[in-house]
Amino acid sequence: MSRKPKLYYFNGRGKMESIRWLLAAAGVEFEEEFLETREQYEKLLQGGSLLFQQVPMVEIDGMRMVQTRAILCYIAAKYNLYGKDLKERALIDMYVGGTDDLMGFIMMFPFLSAEDKEKQCAVIVQKATSRYFPAYEKVLKDHGQDFLVGSNFSWADVHLLEAILMVEEKKSDVLSGFPQLQAFKARISSIPTIKKFLEPGSQRKPVPDDKYVETVRRVLRMYYDLKAN
Amino acid sequence: MSGKPRLTYLNGRGRMEPIRWLLAAAGVEFEEVFLQTKEQYDKLIKDGVLLFQQVPLVEIDGMKMVQTRAILSYIAGKYNLYGKDLKERALIDMYVEGISDLMQMILMFPFSPPDAKEKNLDSIKEKATNRYFPVFEKVLKQHGQDFLVGNKFSWADVQLIEAILAVEEKIPAVLSRFPQLQAFKTKMSNMPTIKKFLQPGSPRKPPPDDHYVETVLKVFKR
Repeated sequence: MSRKPKLYYFNGRGKMESIRWLLAAAGVEFEEEFLETREQYEKLLQGGSLLFQQVPMVEIDGMRMVQTRAILCYIAAKYNLYGKDLKERALIDMYVGGTDDLMGFIMMFPFLSAEDKEKQCAVIVQKATSRYFPAYEKVLKDHGQDFLVGSNFSWADVHLLEAILMVEEKKSDVLSGFPQLQAFKARISSIPTIKKFLEPGSQRKPVPDDKYVETVRRVLRMYYDLKAN
Repeated sequence: MSGKPRLTYLNGRGRMEPIRWLLAAAGVEFEEVFLQTKEQYDKLIKDGVLLFQQVPLVEIDGMKMVQTRAILSYIAGKYNLYGKDLKERALIDMYVEGISDLMQMILMFPFSPPDAKEKNLDSIKEKATNRYFPVFEKVLKQHGQDFLVGNKFSWADVQLIEAILAVEEKIPAVLSRFPQLQAFKTKMSNMPTIKKFLQPGSPRKPPPDDHYVETVLKVFKR
């Protein structure tokens, strides 16, 4: 009996969104249970299904997996999106590490104080255009291939597209100095599974709004603002 | 050209320490280049060797690897410390990520303002004793084996012993309610490669002091 993976998280992007992207890119259907109340979360805790008392949690192949990176690595390997050998995996891990850091700046954004939000927006754009995008632009330019690693579609490509779209939501012309990334964005967006995920009605979640922030704060009792780094 | 991995970082623990631990545990000798000035760091950036302008940097097998997690995964994979299949790897990844969250609190601690230090220390103690250590105590108790995953020494064991010792430096009696972890600590400390790493004169770095904090702020000043 093959059950679909089941995702436990809030009804919003947060740390689960990269997992939704990767499953979708791999053409894997999944179910979701959305945390809306503190009681639901406490029930999960008491049931012992959250190894470190945290979500994301994904039920997959008989495991209750936690820790976003662990879950992503498992999915990538299972669906052959992790390169063909140790060295390709190393490159994918490096590239994903970068996009992860970049998306980290965006992820904390809704939970910053109003004053920090303004500064953070500038930081996100600055880091994207002077640290991260130039690195991927160069990788693509140097090898001239369609995908970041080993001429095969991989987790690194999915993660980079996700990051590009997120930064564009903050500054729509952010790719203007990056022709390779513009072409990359068009190419990867047109891959059938990704194209489907980008259409309305998919399980992709919208930009976080006040209701999302409220839900997270309420369920996790996280009533302080995060500090921008 | 020695062919040994070459580590570029500050002369201190920081984000490089888990890498030193893992290489040492695997019995792999390595060289180190220490960043002491902003000029050295700026030169590395100018030379284009830091993919995202950051250290740690590890030159290994012809690659200039950055991103701590990527480097650790590569070393674990190369030296057979990553389990025997996808499911064991999943367990190792989960455990390592959890421990890494705890280590992140310790990593940031020296940089917290003086009036936040006591609160942060309490936080480390609370998370170690209520969230992280109970998990590994239970894992070890349930399978009764020496190692966390698959009855075989792995990256997860190295990461855990490093974390236990790091927390103990701040909270000496932290293992008092965790008999399995006490036994684990003894067993791991006696493994030949780890025993060697724990001896004076090894590449293991001491706990961060004021001088280390000063150097970090100076080198990475923008």
